[in-house]
Amino acid sequence: MKRKILVLGPGCTKCKTTYENVVKAVTEIGIDAEITKIEDMEEMMKYDVLTTPVLMIDGVAHIKGRVAQTDEIIKLLNQ
Amino acid sequence: MFDFLQQFADWFIYTLLGISAKSHLGEALNFFVFDTIKIFILLFLVTIFMGVINAYFPVEKIRNFLSRNKMYGLEYVFASFFGVVTPFCSCSSVPLFIGFVKGGIPLGITFSYLITAPLVNEVAIAIFIGAFGLKVTAIYVATGILLGIIGGFVLGKMKLEKQLSTWVQNILNSAVIEESLQAEHIGLKDKMPTIIKEALQIVKGVSLYIVIGIAVGGAMHGFLPTGFFQHYISKDQWYAVPLAVIMGVPMYSNAAGVIPVVQVLVAKGVPLGTAIAFMMGVIGLSLPEAMLLKKVMSWKLIAIYFGTISFFMILSGYLFNILLN
Repeated sequence: MKRKILVLGPGCTKCKTTYENVVKAVTEIGIDAEITKIEDMEEMMKYDVLTTPVLMIDGVAHIKGRVAQTDEIIKLLNQ
Repeated sequence: MFDFLQQFADWFIYTLLGISAKSHLGEALNFFVFDTIKIFILLFLVTIFMGVINAYFPVEKIRNFLSRNKMYGLEYVFASFFGVVTPFCSCSSVPLFIGFVKGGIPLGITFSYLITAPLVNEVAIAIFIGAFGLKVTAIYVATGILLGIIGGFVLGKMKLEKQLSTWVQNILNSAVIEESLQAEHIGLKDKMPTIIKEALQIVKGVSLYIVIGIAVGGAMHGFLPTGFFQHYISKDQWYAVPLAVIMGVPMYSNAAGVIPVVQVLVAKGVPLGTAIAFMMGVIGLSLPEAMLLKKVMSWKLIAIYFGTISFFMILSGYLFNILLN
């Protein structure tokens, strides 16, 4: 099944790092995933976000308000 | 509390490196070694402490609490206090603002939170303790909270809802009290590794600014004579406080580096109240934040927001200069 990964954040350093970590994690375990970065505020607000960055995997917000580490993301993807 | 560090710095610079304690270089280097280690220890401890508190009060919980309870004005106090315990980065200010407004929290209360959140944060608290001691830190934190309460209340009374962007007004009109997505149920023991990792990341993120700030501070400490600034900035000059706040607002990313420098300015004769007002301007209001807020409010509202807060910062600067000696 193709995984859907969303990174929500207006483009601050933390958000960029999270996105990079997601790309790293996906490459490392070699799964089929669609990674989307949402930077537009109006779009972002559809997801009831309070702190950024947010990491969503298959529609569930797993990590909010902090950078997600690569090993953490791998763990979440393997669940 | 930090005697052992001072002993270490003395030993390191004067004995090991053999630089004279009476030389300008020796004084500057000693200050640098002592302050850097002290501030990093404090920073680490305070960020972990805040991380633990935050584990119990995630921002989602706070939002739900504020939107569910109407407390005849006490909401401003709660919102301002919550601003202290949640970690804050200016890029979160917009989603947070919308999230609060969407939850039916009145604009004034949202402002209370928005004022205190950046002003009283873990990094500022840690460096403040290191640079000025507990008493001045307590005054700074108390003023920051009070500023959030009063500022939010005043802004709330101004009926500024019309100054919000159209799409935000639409959200406002359809505001509903909603529950958070899903609450995490993890014990503190399991959260600890993440909290420590987070703390390390925060420390790492600001470390460069701190080292630069302390280096500049150390150089000034060693090479400028005591009372150097007394001639330029004194309490008698009425314009010093407003000028300090206005100068502080555009300086943002260096908040972590500014405090160690200001510490030396105070030691060399700048009045403490003027210095605190300056640091409030640096830490509490920033141009990047204004740019981000543009997405949700008109320039007019941003100007009113910044103007009101600057006004209260200037007021507290004067007050400190009268009260603190």
